[in-house]
Amino acid sequence: MDAKTFDIDEVQNIFKNVEQKPGSKKPDPIILAKKVVRKFGGLTAVDVDHLEIQRGSITALIGPNGAGKSTFFNLLTSFDQADGGKWFFNKEDITKISPNKLAQKGLVRTFQLTKALSRLSVLDNARLGAKNQIGESLFAALFKPLWIKRELEVTKQAEDTLAQFNLLEKKSDFAGSLSGGQRKLLEMARALMLKPEMIMLDEPMAGVNPALKQSLLGHIKNIRKKGTTVLFVEHDMDMVHDISDWVIVMAQGKIIAEGPPSLVMKNSDVIDAYLGSHHKTFLTEDGKSLATDETQ
Amino acid sequence: MDIVFVLEQALTQSIGIQAIIYCLAAAGLNIQFGYTGLLNFGQVAFMIVGGYSIAATVLSFGGSFWTALVVGIISSLILSLILGLPTLRLRADYLAIVTIATSEILRLVVRSVALREWFGGVNGLNGKFAAQFYALNPYQSGIGIGPINFSQNDSWVVTIGWILVAIVILITFLLTRSPWGRILKGIREDEEAIRSLGKSVYWYKMQALMLGGVMGTLAGFIFAIASQSVQPDSYVPDVTFFAYTILLLGGAARVFGPVVGSIIFWFLLVFIGQTLDQTISAGYIPFLTSTQVGPIRFIFVGIGLMCLIIFRPQGIFGDRKELALGGR
Repeated sequence: MDAKTFDIDEVQNIFKNVEQKPGSKKPDPIILAKKVVRKFGGLTAVDVDHLEIQRGSITALIGPNGAGKSTFFNLLTSFDQADGGKWFFNKEDITKISPNKLAQKGLVRTFQLTKALSRLSVLDNARLGAKNQIGESLFAALFKPLWIKRELEVTKQAEDTLAQFNLLEKKSDFAGSLSGGQRKLLEMARALMLKPEMIMLDEPMAGVNPALKQSLLGHIKNIRKKGTTVLFVEHDMDMVHDISDWVIVMAQGKIIAEGPPSLVMKNSDVIDAYLGSHHKTFLTEDGKSLATDETQ
Repeated sequence: MDIVFVLEQALTQSIGIQAIIYCLAAAGLNIQFGYTGLLNFGQVAFMIVGGYSIAATVLSFGGSFWTALVVGIISSLILSLILGLPTLRLRADYLAIVTIATSEILRLVVRSVALREWFGGVNGLNGKFAAQFYALNPYQSGIGIGPINFSQNDSWVVTIGWILVAIVILITFLLTRSPWGRILKGIREDEEAIRSLGKSVYWYKMQALMLGGVMGTLAGFIFAIASQSVQPDSYVPDVTFFAYTILLLGGAARVFGPVVGSIIFWFLLVFIGQTLDQTISAGYIPFLTSTQVGPIRFIFVGIGLMCLIIFRPQGIFGDRKELALGGR
């Protein structure tokens, strides 16, 4: 993994010359997707013509419900099969790769519905993320001396990661006893145990209380600071505003806008997608505002 | 009524050959279901493979007993592959359907007329196919511990049987405390999460299926060796469900669950059966005949199990708090 760190100004400079239109070219894309199509019967859930994700940035993927954001996430991480298209991670074709191989290559994801492993301890949850544990093979597992050294390293790494997410004091509890927000933290910590090059977070803020939200935001910024690219799906506009360097807007399976967070929200296509294109017309029979009627 | 005799019988059976067979079968299910969450409803298929491998290799193909053991283990691994390849990518329910069907298919195949030459049809295979095993018997006569007595041959089978159980339990212990075991438990909780962490879930499930299957095959070995015969109709699906009962009784995902479950299950089954038998023949229960004891003792076992599920669903060793967290 590239040990280079990124500061916010530097990242914003990168985006200075990027066109603010759907499918715009980025200087150094870590993800490149072309003509990705996913159909559910007659419904085209995802139809993304061209998309690039800038390395080292925090990119938000937003859009109204049913826009196809999560489906697109699942396609990129091989948790769903596309009907067409190609996509690349670090210029390598990952269209047909299995989800586990992709994770090993450095692209790790979390889930919208948190997948805490309930009947495992919090510490074991975190340890599961670690790579290169020879004790994970059947025959080596029988002989503790073969894996105990690595296990101690893994435990140290897991404890450090849990400490960052304020979960260390819960390490021997079952993950199933954690609150919804803590599970989100645990899932993120577990994913970071793989030391990924890029992390994809599916609605990291859903069901998290406002106090915890602030610390989660801090965590995500930290992840980026350490050089990991972040792509996240989110409904919470404050969060999108606060931490993302670049925003991609999806609606009805297509990418309809891209740009920095402050500008993209003002884009009329985006407002139409969220509120409907007739949000300025009055819903009265004669097309006049009710307020005007009352004054008459 | 002779309570001493009843207790003697029950104690003998609780550490006897049947208890060993079911303990091994349940230990296999413990790996598959208890730790990995794989619903194998056809554990008896692996016992068929074990039993018939020995009997057919020796009696029909003239191989030695030791070759037969190797044939049994290899066939068991092949069966796991055949079961796992198409189903382990699918949801857990499909493995359940395929395994229960496979166990019946295997039973019907070995009892078929067409293959009678090799598998003996309905009569199964009978003969001294385990002679090489009994030739090693160091016991000059049967052994007895207090009230428990075994015949000379049974003593040898019971000794080897409990050594096998000890090895299987030791392997279970070593594996489940390892990072490998941690992945199995992770798969039980949520396999997509494990996949997202870069582990090949499919391969781990296959390993669990194979390992548990081999344990079932060991159960089949002991079953066949002890009686020196294999009968197709003793390998009905009930066997699998008794093994599940034993597993749940002892506590799933607990190293000693299958051992304790099996001992208690066989103690109770024999104790209830013998007590009923004695009281009926003594005329205390006039409306029952002794031929009805067989089914009735299972009614009692059934009631006992219902009580277990209601009052102690986690089994003897289980942790109720842990059970309450389980999603399924």
